[in-house]
Amino acid sequence: MTTEFHNYTLNFGPQHPAAHGVLRLVLEMDGEVIQKADPHIGLLHRATEKLVETKPFNQSIGYMDRLDYVSMMCNEHAYVMAIEKLLGFEPPLRAQYIRVMFDEMTRILNHLLWLGAHALDIGAMTVFLYAFREREDLMDCYEAVSGARMHATYYRPGGVYRDLPDSMPQYKPSKWHKAKEVARLNENRQGSLLDFIADFADRFPGCVDTYETLLTDNRIWKQRTVGIGVVSPERAFQLGFTGPMLRGSGIEWDLRKKQPYEVYDRLDFDIPIGRHGDCYDRYLVRVAEMRQSNRIIKQCVKWLRNNPGPVVNNDHKIVPPKRAEMKQSMEALIHHFKLFTEGYCVPEGEAYAAVEHPKGEFGIYLVSDGANKPYRMKIRAPGFAHLAAMEEMVKGHMLADVVAMMGTLDLVFGEIDR
Amino acid sequence: MITEQLFTLAWILVKILAILLPLVVVIAYTTFFERKVIGYMQVRIGPNRVGPRGFLQPWADVFKLLLKEIIVPSASNRFLFLLAPILALAPALAAWAVIPFDQQLVLANVNAGLLFLLAMTSLGVYGIVIAGWASNSKYAFLGALRSSAQIISYEIAMGIALIGVLMAAGSLNLTEIVMAQSGNLLSWYWLPLFPLFVVYWIAGVAETNRLPFDLAEGESEIVAGFHVEYAGGAFALFFLAEYANMILISVLTALLFFGGWLSPFQGIPVLEEAFAWVPGIAWLLLKSACFMFMYLWLRATFPRYRYDQVMRLGWKVFIPLTTFWIILVAVAVRLGVGPWF
Repeated sequence: MTTEFHNYTLNFGPQHPAAHGVLRLVLEMDGEVIQKADPHIGLLHRATEKLVETKPFNQSIGYMDRLDYVSMMCNEHAYVMAIEKLLGFEPPLRAQYIRVMFDEMTRILNHLLWLGAHALDIGAMTVFLYAFREREDLMDCYEAVSGARMHATYYRPGGVYRDLPDSMPQYKPSKWHKAKEVARLNENRQGSLLDFIADFADRFPGCVDTYETLLTDNRIWKQRTVGIGVVSPERAFQLGFTGPMLRGSGIEWDLRKKQPYEVYDRLDFDIPIGRHGDCYDRYLVRVAEMRQSNRIIKQCVKWLRNNPGPVVNNDHKIVPPKRAEMKQSMEALIHHFKLFTEGYCVPEGEAYAAVEHPKGEFGIYLVSDGANKPYRMKIRAPGFAHLAAMEEMVKGHMLADVVAMMGTLDLVFGEIDR
Repeated sequence: MITEQLFTLAWILVKILAILLPLVVVIAYTTFFERKVIGYMQVRIGPNRVGPRGFLQPWADVFKLLLKEIIVPSASNRFLFLLAPILALAPALAAWAVIPFDQQLVLANVNAGLLFLLAMTSLGVYGIVIAGWASNSKYAFLGALRSSAQIISYEIAMGIALIGVLMAAGSLNLTEIVMAQSGNLLSWYWLPLFPLFVVYWIAGVAETNRLPFDLAEGESEIVAGFHVEYAGGAFALFFLAEYANMILISVLTALLFFGGWLSPFQGIPVLEEAFAWVPGIAWLLLKSACFMFMYLWLRATFPRYRYDQVMRLGWKVFIPLTTFWIILVAVAVRLGVGPWF
């Protein structure tokens, strides 16, 4: 009698510590070697694209934060850029610098979470907590400008919601935090938000060095990432990779350089690229990107310090008037009422706006039929294309590598499932 | 005659309790210590809410685990499922019988002590394998497979490292092994048997399923591996076994390579007298605590190995290295090199 051996089918997720939210992978394994990986998506589907069609343009900015919920402002950026394209609207220069600065802070936020989660998946848990220490400071910056730590809704068509604050919120002594400890925590919060960001930018390269001492030359880390999930440059193109996934394979492609938007063409920064297209190179690329983002932030802080000015367009048909103005002016009150009930109408047409999101090319395709709501919106989420390559990348690797691969893809289901 | 035997039996039971009760307390506080130490390494504080400075946290954990329901999956083999944690814990505790805490302080001063230890530490893996199989869960099964593969490769390296020690000491009796190291700090076996010490320590970490070798648990890969289906008291037994084994390996490393209860100041004129009042057991515990700390340090620092890489390390590095070194040791013993052999 012969016994037929079947592959072992393993349901990996959605309740799995390394599933990065709600990924469900159906793995077919021969022992521990993966023969087939079938990602199932849709468990976080919230119909964002449909919801957007039912609301005036401005009211959907908050939905964008919730797409890729670790790089909130970058999502907003693509959306408001699409609206601005349709309206033919140009934000003031200061607003453009603020957007670029926050985009880069968002990139660091995203990459820190990615780094922590990737390392945690591979078993190095300390990096995760170190990364969260720095994330906390950036979250405070988000909070200082918008009042929210994550879902900021800070960018608006025509600029940003408000100018950078002149003071930072401070810690207060409590039962658990003595006055001395609080004074130490508040040390870099004495000045304006820009001072706080400048202090962070000075400190941050040292923090990246700390993460690198734990990982970059670590033998185990290298054994787990070098030569794992290799994607050739040609295949990376064919699979629709963007962002660090594409750059890790050695292709120099970055929308910030190739199709500069906002003020990226005035800033000095490099595009790091990998050579082998494996997990280790993508790790190096992302770490180098954090350093480049820090460079950009420094330049923006310098410019913003020296150039005060308006941060939002002054056309009150689109941008709500100041509250103080409304107390005096009838017209301002009417504008306010119209904007917060009906919104504004956008001329008929279609536009595609893409930003270099921390994960790749994040694009918003917007169709307007001239009404106050979009006729149709389509989100181009970079993670979707990356996840689609999952099977190709993991085939022939072991179960432990699946986890490393999920880390390197930088999956966030908010944007993939939308 | 009968009363005498009963008395002996009672006396042995008292001695067992005198070892096990402190051991359980130490295990409880090891978990606390671990959470605190790793907390501080990771810019956190660790538990500090239960009792003063969190000192009652381990008891909160103990009562939580014991009061929880033991869930037995309906598709599992009930008997083996419940037997497995006992099989994991029993050898982990039995091994303590031959551990000498001081020259006279040992429950069973057997001549084949080292052999007994090797047997007991190897038995522990059956608990893990049976747990993985009896759970009838794919994740648990993978954990069991990984664990058995890992044990096969590491048990050998560990055994060979121990052969080096027994050749150097000329005895399998743990007390005699320690006494053979007396002299001074440099006559302890870590120096002549340095590669064996390193291999033994790493194999010990691998044997206890701790990072970077925690493949059988592999939190981010196979969720919790072999004990994924266990809850409450049954899980607590695995937990106890793991920590008992960690402490055992730490104590053994101190005994075999770092002179056990011998004072580190032995042979140094003034300091030896100055520290003569310290009981031997204090030195042993101190040395073991250093190795316990190493366990935690490793856990906070390293990523996890992949299953095949662990095997490669075991078979291609450790086994050849230890084999080569015991040949060297054999030659050195024959020639009577230095103060050691």
